[in-house]
Amino acid sequence: MLEKLLLNHYEAAAVILSGIGLTNLLLQRNLIKKIIGLNIMDTAVYLFLAAKGYVAGRAAPILLENGSGGWVTSSSVYVNPVPAGLVLTGIVVSVSVTAFALALTLKLYESYGTLNIDEALLRMTEQQEELEAKVDEAEEGILS
Amino acid sequence: MINMFAYNIPFVSIFMLMIAAIITPLLPKRNRLPEKLSCYVIGIIAILSAYLLYVLTSSGQSLSFNFPMGHFPAPWGNELRAGPLEAVLALVFCIAMLLSLTGNFSSTAEDIAPNRRQIFCVLVNLLTASLLALTYTNDLFTAYVFIEINTIAACAIVAVKEGPETVRAALRYLVMSLVGSGLVMIAICLLYDLTGHLLMQNMHGAIQVLVTTKSYMMPLTVSLALITAGLAIKSALYPFASWLPDAHGSSTNASSAILSGLVLKGHIFTIIKIFYRVFGLEVIHLLRMDTVIFILGLLAMIMGSVHALKQTNVKRMIAWSSVAQVGYIFLGVGLNTTAGVAAACLHIIVHACIKPMLFTAAGGLSNAAGHKKGLHALMGTFYVNRWAGMGLIVGAFSMMGIPGFAGFASKLSLMMASFDHSVVVWSLAALAISSVLNALYYVPAVIVVLTHNKDAQKNFTAPAPTRSYKISMFIFLALNFYLGLFCMPLLRLITRGVNVL
Repeated sequence: MLEKLLLNHYEAAAVILSGIGLTNLLLQRNLIKKIIGLNIMDTAVYLFLAAKGYVAGRAAPILLENGSGGWVTSSSVYVNPVPAGLVLTGIVVSVSVTAFALALTLKLYESYGTLNIDEALLRMTEQQEELEAKVDEAEEGILS
Repeated sequence: MINMFAYNIPFVSIFMLMIAAIITPLLPKRNRLPEKLSCYVIGIIAILSAYLLYVLTSSGQSLSFNFPMGHFPAPWGNELRAGPLEAVLALVFCIAMLLSLTGNFSSTAEDIAPNRRQIFCVLVNLLTASLLALTYTNDLFTAYVFIEINTIAACAIVAVKEGPETVRAALRYLVMSLVGSGLVMIAICLLYDLTGHLLMQNMHGAIQVLVTTKSYMMPLTVSLALITAGLAIKSALYPFASWLPDAHGSSTNASSAILSGLVLKGHIFTIIKIFYRVFGLEVIHLLRMDTVIFILGLLAMIMGSVHALKQTNVKRMIAWSSVAQVGYIFLGVGLNTTAGVAAACLHIIVHACIKPMLFTAAGGLSNAAGHKKGLHALMGTFYVNRWAGMGLIVGAFSMMGIPGFAGFASKLSLMMASFDHSVVVWSLAALAISSVLNALYYVPAVIVVLTHNKDAQKNFTAPAPTRSYKISMFIFLALNFYLGLFCMPLLRLITRGVNVL
């Protein structure tokens, strides 16, 4: 068991990191901490993909010169470029999602002055009750 | 075989929507040009999808084809795949999207400021593009990318209506969606690691080899569980549905209709494709995921309706009813037979036609009652806006499963499908209980709307429904009766589509 973990230490680290990220995203009440959790989770997946895509002793998938003016074309010399491509795509996705989440958080903070979603719900109901109370008072004033 | 024009339709429809999304911000804002452009593009794509469906089925046999993106051959390139089922779903998605937009044309103008309406159109185009891409794609990582595009666009059309309540609802929706798509991404990476492929058919072959040699069963189970859980969160299967009523209840009517009718369905169809095309039904049964989905479906059917009973806001009530309807679809998927999946697909189509109609009707009625959304405020609104009243009544009857209405057709086919299965007692009992519960909250709503209320009716100052509202509602009603009365040809078509999925 421990041997396998040590052998695949990158993957083990990725699993632990994604666990930390997921717990933060689900359980933290503060939105900024939630978004940090999201980024930790995404980064863990990139670590996993990068670790899987790397084969010791092979070169990046860019043609190498073979010394006599030609190119090395054997596929066994290079690593598979797809995992790196997936990491890049994933980074783009996570950047845009993070930007959108932060923009919404900013909006929420402007409306309620808090970064906590539950707190925002409480303040929203308070505001509505105040508003209704004011409307009632106004109506009573008109009636009297 | 298939002519070049039809062959390019899947790619062209996604590409046209992307282009429309890019040029929409450049259009002048007068005469509501951006919205008209979106409507026209979606309409053209609906016609193209109908033609594709005709080409794929007219020869009497069910054709399907793979479209290699950039013409790279199979194991390396990215592919789209179209068959009769994909074509019919694309057609229904486009029609429902178009009607949700045109039916709520005036309420969108009231809820969203003119400078934001342009952004709303960009989002709607992107959302439709991502739905079509999820329908057509044959590559799991492309599916992930479009799931994320779908997430951003779906949360943004909630937040596009001004107001602190929508921002809070959108944030809650976004957080749950991100948990879901995070799980999906981890699962896709695990599957890629296990199989070495991202194209669905190649993955299927590799998974068959893994299962026959009984190697790596644990990681395979984990990745299936993660991908199902992730997509279940995004399609609001019951225990993960807490975000849905806020998001669907607080947004503008067009957004509610689109979110409830279409966005959930894109993710459910992705689950169906993963079960059918990537794993295969035997492997799903071997890994016990069909039982899990079946039980969660049963739970959703009952609990969604129980929650809907407690609501006093009409839009939140309809939103909770969506949770119950998603349960029906998952019940069909959980039966894990061709007939079950076909019935689930029929319910996807039926629900994609009824739910936007109900939201459009509820929007029209609460508009007639002076923008009040409480159920009691709607008393007598039928006599102010009869089109909306008809929509609510027909939609409610359909949801209860009265024969002749669309909901009856899909419930009947779900029952017929479950007769081949050992769990028939459970599914019949759940369908019966759920139908009664549906009636318990839809019938009072119908009675309230139909009750004469002389005092309040004098205060109703809403303008008469616009022509676009009437036309959209008419088409919704016609679709509903068509599905209710003539569903068998459609069900046969879907079954043929499922067989070549």
